[in-house]
Amino acid sequence: MAKKILTTPITAEDLADIHVGDIIYLNGHITTCRDVAHRRLIEEGRKLPVDLDGGAILHAGPIIRTLSEDQYEMVSVGPTTSMRMEKFEEEFIKETGVKLIVGKGGMGEGTMRGCRDYKALHAVFPAGCAVVAATCVEKIEEVNWKDLGMPETLWTCKVKEFGPLIVSIDTHGRNLFEENKVTFNQRKEAAIAEICKQVSFIK
Amino acid sequence: MTKDEAVARLTDIIAKFVDYTGKVLPDDVKKKLRELGDQEDTPLAMAIYEAMFKNQELARQLNRPSCQDTGAIQFLLKCGAKFPYLGELESILREAVIQATKNAPLRHNSVETFDEYNTGKNIGKGIPTIFWDIVPDSDQLEINTYMAGGGCSLPGKAMVLMPGEGYEGVTRFVMDIMTSYGLNACPPLLVGVGIGTSVETAALLSKKALMRPLGTHNPNERAAAMEKLLEEGINQIGLGPQGLTGKNSVLGVHIENTARHPSVIGVAVNVGCWSHRRGHIVFDRELHYTIDSHTGVEL
Repeated sequence: MAKKILTTPITAEDLADIHVGDIIYLNGHITTCRDVAHRRLIEEGRKLPVDLDGGAILHAGPIIRTLSEDQYEMVSVGPTTSMRMEKFEEEFIKETGVKLIVGKGGMGEGTMRGCRDYKALHAVFPAGCAVVAATCVEKIEEVNWKDLGMPETLWTCKVKEFGPLIVSIDTHGRNLFEENKVTFNQRKEAAIAEICKQVSFIK
Repeated sequence: MTKDEAVARLTDIIAKFVDYTGKVLPDDVKKKLRELGDQEDTPLAMAIYEAMFKNQELARQLNRPSCQDTGAIQFLLKCGAKFPYLGELESILREAVIQATKNAPLRHNSVETFDEYNTGKNIGKGIPTIFWDIVPDSDQLEINTYMAGGGCSLPGKAMVLMPGEGYEGVTRFVMDIMTSYGLNACPPLLVGVGIGTSVETAALLSKKALMRPLGTHNPNERAAAMEKLLEEGINQIGLGPQGLTGKNSVLGVHIENTARHPSVIGVAVNVGCWSHRRGHIVFDRELHYTIDSHTGVEL
């Protein structure tokens, strides 16, 4: 099967045929954006310094090497727990027009609604694979909100075949992690019942 | 060797070792990941394991931290009461972290609470965290280094159960964490369980459990049996790599325990992610060192 590659700016039509569990890649630009940036936009009502319409964000806090005053190198970058941004994400998608959110682990009901109603995807980059991700970054093109410190700064990166990205929420209202959770919880209850037969040490 | 020279030497070795452990996983973890990866047969799980192995290879080749979250640095010490640099150790460890942060480089992961600013050096009030065990009549220093990442610290939980809830209650406590926070904490996980009296005793034990090499068992027969039961039970959930389903869920389950007050069972869980960046180094009084977590290390 041919590699499915999205290119920024991404349109709603680009996402129509993509479903949870698909593996995709990204060409173009992606901006790191995590806890405080979300808070600033949604709670503080501050305007994001980067235009994300049709764009992509990465829930990540990278390790950056400063080469000169305005030149930086991506040493290591990988996704952070997306669920921390759940509280803000639905509104974030609506406000910014972002089309691709890359992070780690699942997200919740709000993000699912945001992805369905405003046409966006949440995808997982295999976490802990930060050097693979960093080597997909060709250049750091823009740096904003440096006052937030290295992990929270908005680093806008030019990327080539950034991935593998595993689609966890699609535009059709499906949420892979939530679906898996149902199975996991059923299996968990069965396992607990089995273990409990054998650990009655207090008698 | 003068005292100043000794302090500089110890600082330098620890700094280089911390740097190294951020780039290369310990032997036992590498071996276990291979073993678990070989069992997967779905395209998704296989693609994730493939990315993991490629990542570790690239990290080594390019000399970069394999995961961007190089954690808050923790040191679990067993320091001989007669180790000649016991008094200097705390400042040595702080200085080593500053050096490693600059040289590796490590991500800046120390935010002062209340003042809420990142110190930019990976040190702060209580960071690096140092857990002391003093060993009487010894002149050695044994250090477990650990990079406590945000993702794998997040599921951490401790609570005090009533004895009526028993080990059945302990089982549920552990299992519930696996399907709530555990699946987002980068499985396959190493699960550390602490059992004692109050929350802090259980919590510390659960962290110490993560320092045990994979494949080791609790010396108590029942505790070892429970480790095995939990391991099998959590594997049956089938979290798979990244919680995206697969044949297994864990690298292992380790239980550490102490006696308890008759009225309570304190229990805590700490998890390590697949990128379990633990290191183990032992110094003698002359500062010769041996590393048994990683073979072929040149610092």
